[in-house]
Amino acid sequence: MPGLVFFSSASGNTLRFVTRLEEVSAGRYGTALRIPISPQDPMPDPGGDFVLICPTFADGEGRGAVPKQVIRFLNDPDRRAGLRGVIAGGNRNFGQTYALAGRVIASKCNVPVLYSFELAGTETDIARVRRGLDLFWGMECSTMA
Amino acid sequence: MRGAFAVKDHVVPKTILKAINWNRLQDDKDLEVWNRLTVNFWLPEKVPLSNDVQSWSTLRPEERELTIRVFTGLTLLDTVQSSVGAISLMPDVVTQHEEACLTNIAFMESVHARSYSSIFSTLCSTKEIDDAFRWSEENPHLQAKARIILEKYKAGEDPLKRKIASVFLESFLFYSGFYLPMYWSSRAKLTNTADLIRLIIRDEAVHGYYIGYKYQRGLEKLTEAKREELKDFAFALMFDLYEIEQRYTEELYDGIGLTEDVKAFLHYNANKALQNLGYEALFPPSVCEVNPAILAALSPDSENHDFFSGSGSSYVIGKAVATEDEDWDF
Repeated sequence: MPGLVFFSSASGNTLRFVTRLEEVSAGRYGTALRIPISPQDPMPDPGGDFVLICPTFADGEGRGAVPKQVIRFLNDPDRRAGLRGVIAGGNRNFGQTYALAGRVIASKCNVPVLYSFELAGTETDIARVRRGLDLFWGMECSTMA
Repeated sequence: MRGAFAVKDHVVPKTILKAINWNRLQDDKDLEVWNRLTVNFWLPEKVPLSNDVQSWSTLRPEERELTIRVFTGLTLLDTVQSSVGAISLMPDVVTQHEEACLTNIAFMESVHARSYSSIFSTLCSTKEIDDAFRWSEENPHLQAKARIILEKYKAGEDPLKRKIASVFLESFLFYSGFYLPMYWSSRAKLTNTADLIRLIIRDEAVHGYYIGYKYQRGLEKLTEAKREELKDFAFALMFDLYEIEQRYTEELYDGIGLTEDVKAFLHYNANKALQNLGYEALFPPSVCEVNPAILAALSPDSENHDFFSGSGSSYVIGKAVATEDEDWDF
């Protein structure tokens, strides 16, 4: 079964999003794997296809949008090969760089941005992503078959 | 008493003064936020406000009056946050780096307050400006919200309650005002002024995020009972502020028929302010449906990606985005 991989900084917004998504998905995607905050900790191994959920940390010019630890995770070709899509967190108050991490990862890895949400997401976001992931994995499986 | 002092008991123990060492961090978030704050530094002079003179003249007199009033209201909040708010948080800091970030926040709030006067001097007459500042001193709702926040900032209040008040000011109370330049911008009016306001909005987002983050770190050290008490306090304060914001919004926006639109924006921002503190939403999605034109004005050129619903252009990827980070290996 395809999985979820996510990064969340110490502020915990993305973690709260993922926790609520897991609650409403009744474990359909297994346990979401967390990319560690500290570079000293080992990277998780998704061991197959996954969707990445990643917050945005861009400055006013868009630099530094993707957290360093996420870049390190994706630098590994084996892990990167399983990436099917990206869901990005952000805050519209940052204007043009809102959820920019999703667009950067999408263009680097040639996968679609599936969704973007603000901070820890709303009920509406959670419902849309849950439904969307079910459809998306259905679609991916039928094109693979 | 420690041994050294027992021997030389006439020696008064001195506090050791510590120089800030940015190469030894207790909390990585401090450096991350410091970098963000300093890279995002700006001054109003960089925005060509005079290009809005023509557009300003197309507004009706009551629209101009509303706009100046909204901006004096925002000036008052920035003044409070700069001269009292950010500084009141300094005695509560856990790290010296946090204190340094707060000095930046206090200064930028002064830049924001100063910016509104740049807008005024570019667009308005002295009489219009003086009238609006008088209005800001006499408007009961504006005075009430500033006063509630100032009360929480007082010495002797709980340090975490100060942070709650600060996050609500930064992430909620400004938005009845920010709505208007976003509205004008969505109608292609005062677009340079809107550019300046977007810089302020960006700064407030970092401030609310950071102070909210420090609040959550503070909560971790408390008992469950104390955490519950603070959560109750936060929601009660949000209700009180929301009551005032409703009345303030009605008074300002009833005249041009935008009150309901502004209220949706208030609900949406109240929820985001609570998220900055780590809490769940207060207002249900049905009352948070912000006018899409306002959302687009907030974050131009960044469509809301919803690949799942088949709307938008999410598969169009790879247009000019900053992928030039030396850490990428591929």
